Amino acid sequence: MNIFNLIGRYVALMGKVFSRPERTSVYRRRVMAEMETLGLNSIGIVSLVSVFMGAVLMLQMCINFESPFIPRELMGYATRETMILEFSSTVVALILAGRVGSSIASEIGTMRITEQIDALEIMGVNSASYLILPKIVATVIFFPLLAILSIFVGLIGGYAITLATGIIIPDTYLTGIKLDFRLFSIVYALIKMVVYAFVITSISGFYGYYAKGNSLEVGRASTKAVVVSSVVILMMDLVITQISYL
Amino acid sequence: MIRCEHIYKSFDGKPVLEDISATFRPGEINMIIGRSGSGKTVLIKSIAGLFPVDEGEIYYGDTLFTSLDFRQKKAIRRDVGMIFQGGALLDSSTVEENVRFPLDMFTDQSMAEKRERVAFCLRRVNLEGAEKLYPAELSGGMLKRVAIARAIVMNPRFLFCDEPNSGLDPVTSIVIDRLIYDITKEYGITTLINTHDMNSVLEIGEKIVFINQGRKGWEGSSADILHTDNQALNDFVFASNMAKKVREAAGR
Repeated sequence: MNIFNLIGRYVALMGKVFSRPERTSVYRRRVMAEMETLGLNSIGIVSLVSVFMGAVLMLQMCINFESPFIPRELMGYATRETMILEFSSTVVALILAGRVGSSIASEIGTMRITEQIDALEIMGVNSASYLILPKIVATVIFFPLLAILSIFVGLIGGYAITLATGIIIPDTYLTGIKLDFRLFSIVYALIKMVVYAFVITSISGFYGYYAKGNSLEVGRASTKAVVVSSVVILMMDLVITQISYL
Repeated sequence: MIRCEHIYKSFDGKPVLEDISATFRPGEINMIIGRSGSGKTVLIKSIAGLFPVDEGEIYYGDTLFTSLDFRQKKAIRRDVGMIFQGGALLDSSTVEENVRFPLDMFTDQSMAEKRERVAFCLRRVNLEGAEKLYPAELSGGMLKRVAIARAIVMNPRFLFCDEPNSGLDPVTSIVIDRLIYDITKEYGITTLINTHDMNSVLEIGEKIVFINQGRKGWEGSSADILHTDNQALNDFVFASNMAKKVREAAGR
């Protein structure tokens, strides 16, 4: 399948996904359930990765910017900016692409090969919208909250490492993370996370929805979903970064 | 009634169905039989609207189904129930939620009314008490019975069954057959069953359409099937020793 055919099918599927829902109350319940499955259940992995990443970032800053001409407060500042601008959105999104993307593609792919999607269609349900739209809405709402959590936990990780190693004075770190704070950075991170949430869910839904054959194909669809989502996330990162600093 | 006229269907240029015409009457068990890979499932799914046909016309009653747009087809589908080979129940929902699903999506009934209807349908298929179970906790026969309950919950006018007995033991197969037969007679449904189980054909089949290599090979009643001269059909029907003995007992 060539790239234009693939994009055409993706756009056509999104057209089906964003058509008017049959029953709003059922969709609302599904959005809440997906928030739990895709959002709440990701809190653990996001927190774990963020706390270590914040700590490692802080250590790297201190080790690599060891100079009498660089104030030590800048270590906290650089850790904060890195966490907000790239790590808590892009890197967390790449982790979520692995966790959430593969789960979505394999769930929908399994429904395809076990004829559950055919059963929905026979009943007159818009299966694409019923299966994919609640996941998109849930992740677009919840993933930005995960980004905020990641920033917060990452900064705690950085603070913890100052306490544990004494590489800089903890108060200096705290002064650093409050230095020259711009709200735009947070807004920028949240905008990126909204875009990434859409990318991960829609691409994974697409690969799952068009899976065919057997369980092997579902596995392949799941792998493709993660790889393509990750590549698109990195491309979108470049595009959004360019646009935001024009 | 469902009427198909000169149906053609191919996948990637490879013809699967060629020039199939047949009429299926309401209140009758209509069976599509044929060897594995003959095109039975493609035919039943094409008639059900899951595969768009390349050529030909399909009528549901007087409505030309193949000329309808997506929304108009959706309206017709509220009158359609389908039992899939593997049950196709929603894995993440309980038996009750599965059977209630069409009511949740397409009716304005209260929860009490929906529960009452679900309980009635589950009683109809002898599955009282299974409401809270998940599909993974059900046996093959129970899965099929839940699928039947879900298919009839909206009082369909058309019922499609894709190999409803596959993977079931002979006793359970008969239970499922009788259930489909009784429901068809009780509600006057137009029922199409796709099968290669000759026991089902002889047990409940009324009108039989034999598909051979994508073409209609024969059409007639289950009584006629034991007395036909059609070689391809005889090869299929009398493939087993048991069927051969039935033929001998029938005096041929």
